[in-house]
Amino acid sequence: MAVRRRVLPGFSLSLGYTVFYLSVLVLLPIVACFSKAFSLSFEGFRAAVWTERTRAAYALTFGTSLVAAVVNVLLGLLIAWVLVRYRFPGRRLMDSLIDLPLALPTAVAGLVYASLYVKKGWLGRHLVPLGIQAAYSRLAIVLVLVFIGLPFVVRTVQPVLEDLDPEVEEAAASLGASRGQAFRRVILPPLYPALVTGFALAFARSLGEYGSVVFVSGNMPFKTEIAPVLIVARLEEYAYGEATAIAVVLLVISFAMLVLINLLERWTKGGEANA
Amino acid sequence: MKTGLLRAAAVAAALLTVAAAASAVELLNVSYDPTRELWRDINASFAAAYQKENGVAVVIKQSHGGSSSQARSVIDGLDADVVTLASYIDTDAIAQRGLITGDWVKRLPHNSLPYTSTIVFVVRKGNPKGIKDWPDLVKPGVEVITPNPKTSGNGYLSFFSAWGSVVLRGGSRAQATDYVTKLYRQVPVLDSGARGASTTFVQRGIGDVHLSWENEARLEVREAGGDLEVVYPPISIRAEPHVALVDASVDRKKTRAVAEAYLRYLYTDAAQEIIANHFYRPASEAVLARHAASFPALRLFAIQEIAASFPDAYKQFIAEGGVFDRIYKPR
Repeated sequence: MAVRRRVLPGFSLSLGYTVFYLSVLVLLPIVACFSKAFSLSFEGFRAAVWTERTRAAYALTFGTSLVAAVVNVLLGLLIAWVLVRYRFPGRRLMDSLIDLPLALPTAVAGLVYASLYVKKGWLGRHLVPLGIQAAYSRLAIVLVLVFIGLPFVVRTVQPVLEDLDPEVEEAAASLGASRGQAFRRVILPPLYPALVTGFALAFARSLGEYGSVVFVSGNMPFKTEIAPVLIVARLEEYAYGEATAIAVVLLVISFAMLVLINLLERWTKGGEANA
Repeated sequence: MKTGLLRAAAVAAALLTVAAAASAVELLNVSYDPTRELWRDINASFAAAYQKENGVAVVIKQSHGGSSSQARSVIDGLDADVVTLASYIDTDAIAQRGLITGDWVKRLPHNSLPYTSTIVFVVRKGNPKGIKDWPDLVKPGVEVITPNPKTSGNGYLSFFSAWGSVVLRGGSRAQATDYVTKLYRQVPVLDSGARGASTTFVQRGIGDVHLSWENEARLEVREAGGDLEVVYPPISIRAEPHVALVDASVDRKKTRAVAEAYLRYLYTDAAQEIIANHFYRPASEAVLARHAASFPALRLFAIQEIAASFPDAYKQFIAEGGVFDRIYKPR
């Protein structure tokens, strides 16, 4: 068997390290999680993960994450566009601000959002009289998840947008395309894969978020109780098996959704190649 | 020259640390969240007393966090010499795994309770809603702040208090269920822990009454500078934050003698005074009498008056499928 020579040496060594680290850092904890959850009987597992309360929590967790990720795609695209295409004072500062949500402890974000939007908060005192409850509500969860997920879309779209030559738009315009047509037919298609990746990252990040959400959601059962809160509640009962069972359900659904998004991404890339 | 000096200083410092480590006994006290300041004062006082009596330096390290997550850390291998957790439930969970042996509650005076505490009300200045007793909490328009019973010790103690306030004054189980259902409908936010609930009530100005640990309530009111008041209901639960030696750790680390002396020290007048000054109710009758003005009398009921034990009460009321789960209906 002929081995094709690579330009850089060390393929087997680097692959070895990759597999080793992935196993220790990612695979092992997940295996431990699954084995703990499957220490329950089938009935025990079902009783732990499938009640009206847990179903409401899954729906809330996935629903708010989905909405937040969609908002982030729109908002992130806009911000990336502004940062790439325009030159204005404060642009660099704005650019560095984007990464702040990654560095800030999320509990701090949750606490700050809650104090802003409560009845007596700076924003809440104007919003609450209008009937907008942006603290201790589902809206609050979405708001804080948008904050947490924002950098992912901006940072995936930005480099692609930078590579996109403005001359292409000019060419489209000179060939008679309207602004809308130029945007939809010329600018958007090469951005699809980056947007899908950004969406997937923001969505996945939101699913696991706990620190900020517990401070803004109010944790009311059936209304604003996310699935991770139920995990903590079961741990308080020293019910390790039941707690990990809920975690396993979250993991499996998340994994399935990420695979789906990956397929979608490949499909959008394929579309681009065919065009 | 300069680097030479620095290096010499570094070596000297390292030697000193080694010397100190060799002669000092190190203990780890794993406790719950609000006790930081309490243990800092007690530890300093104990270290001085122990050094004077035995000529041995003791360094006590502290670990704080949510009570049950602290218990889980000890179960998972955190080397605690002593645990001073918020509730019997958490200490018992450690004992269940064999790390604390025998009839540990009886090993120290007063059932291993150097202090007790309770749940009281904190209200806004002037008590505008006129809240004096448990039935006042379910009056229309009263908002109650208390943490989630499922994730907080303060949370489930509030629940037990509310339950006891009905059944120990002649109410039936059905009436008690009805009362707690109404009560939790008046709770707009279920914070995950005691400190979160304090933030909601004090900083965010949400709610008319905050059901809180007595010691936390007193600090909250002191810090608010006249904007808040404590109200003592006529009846509330006796909270029992037991202390215990972790046998498995002290035997491995050979620290049993010092750790035991440390826990016994908690019952001395000096330690009991510190305890009272931090608004925990001291076990010593004499010290409690000296601080009588600080601790208004109220009927403190034992958990055994409403259930077999703390774990039993938890199972009946809070755990999956308990009374608390039935308060909330899916919409």
